[in-house]
Amino acid sequence: MPNDTTIEEAKPKIREFLARFFGDHRIADDEDIFATGFVNSLFIMQLVLFVESEFALTVEDEDLEIENFSTVAAIAALVTRKCSAPVSS
Amino acid sequence: MAETLRTVGVVGAGVMGTGLAQSLAQSGHEVILVDRTDEILDRARHEIAQGLRFSRVLGAKGPTEDRQVVAKRIAYTTRYEGFDTVDFVIENITEDWDLKRGVYERIDPLCPPHAVFAANTSVIPITRIGAAVTRPDRVLGMHFMNPVPLKPTVEMIRGHHTTDATLDTAHRLLAQMGKEGVVVQDSPGFVSNRVLMLTVNEAVYLVHEGVATAEEVDRIFRSCFGHPMGPLATADLIGLDTILQSVQGLHTAFADSKYRPCPLLVRMVDAGLLGRKSGRGFFDYTTARTT
Repeated sequence: MPNDTTIEEAKPKIREFLARFFGDHRIADDEDIFATGFVNSLFIMQLVLFVESEFALTVEDEDLEIENFSTVAAIAALVTRKCSAPVSS
Repeated sequence: MAETLRTVGVVGAGVMGTGLAQSLAQSGHEVILVDRTDEILDRARHEIAQGLRFSRVLGAKGPTEDRQVVAKRIAYTTRYEGFDTVDFVIENITEDWDLKRGVYERIDPLCPPHAVFAANTSVIPITRIGAAVTRPDRVLGMHFMNPVPLKPTVEMIRGHHTTDATLDTAHRLLAQMGKEGVVVQDSPGFVSNRVLMLTVNEAVYLVHEGVATAEEVDRIFRSCFGHPMGPLATADLIGLDTILQSVQGLHTAFADSKYRPCPLLVRMVDAGLLGRKSGRGFFDYTTARTT
């Protein structure tokens, strides 16, 4: 699959996944997912595995920081960065 | 004697056994993890790899070691290989007395005489386990909390014949793991589960009766009481099959109708909605965008 996901393409997919856990609450781009009270800290595992399968990428240890997954904007930025990064052989 | 407890046998590679094996390996112990099939052990290996991967971001304490080095401290077996070298065994199998007794009768002649046996049980009496082996003085309960690598305190249970020396050894193992223990007496459900299982079961009744949704029940516990996780998310984390077995165990032990399991809990277990480990329970744990 082409590795050229843009931020605007990534956001709706992330939102669609998150919507299942947030009921009627529409989460803002820069709203802290883990401060909403809808999910607990263990949710990060689910979120990382979703990002990896949805965008066909691997989150390396150095990117496995709560800051990279705490908002829709941060996740989209990470996805875009990972998708545009040169693939090492 | 205060030498380091080096090798720990972990029987049962379910939710608790995998978390325990990970926590022991991360604190430098050699671990022998046993379960009945290679399939279960393969899943455990995968779960432990994920656990090690997410350890730092979930806030696990202690030095960060190379994940491969830590993972190599765990040996996997379906045949109790290496149990002649263990200093300590922690049993985490399903809460079924006949199965548990089978495990203790099998490991008792295999393990060195000094080895301590700890049952990581929610409801099975420790004294009964002691009666199944030739070393009842070296049997105790160690009720670890889930996720094991993140939980600093363990409920320890003194069986009728458990000696102070055995409790000291268990405290030493916990200290090596960076954990502490609180010792209580042997009684069905001990302290934690006698209260927790009743709470969870009652929370399920609230959903069953339509008094509140699972989200609302948990939100009240989180927002009003400051619990980090509500009773139904906690149930999903533990596994609804384990919750049901524990509630049934309390019901049998006390013959008190207040422990009768909620029909919704029974139905969810029958339907395979076991919580986090099956991808769905009261809440959704799948990782795909759409279901």
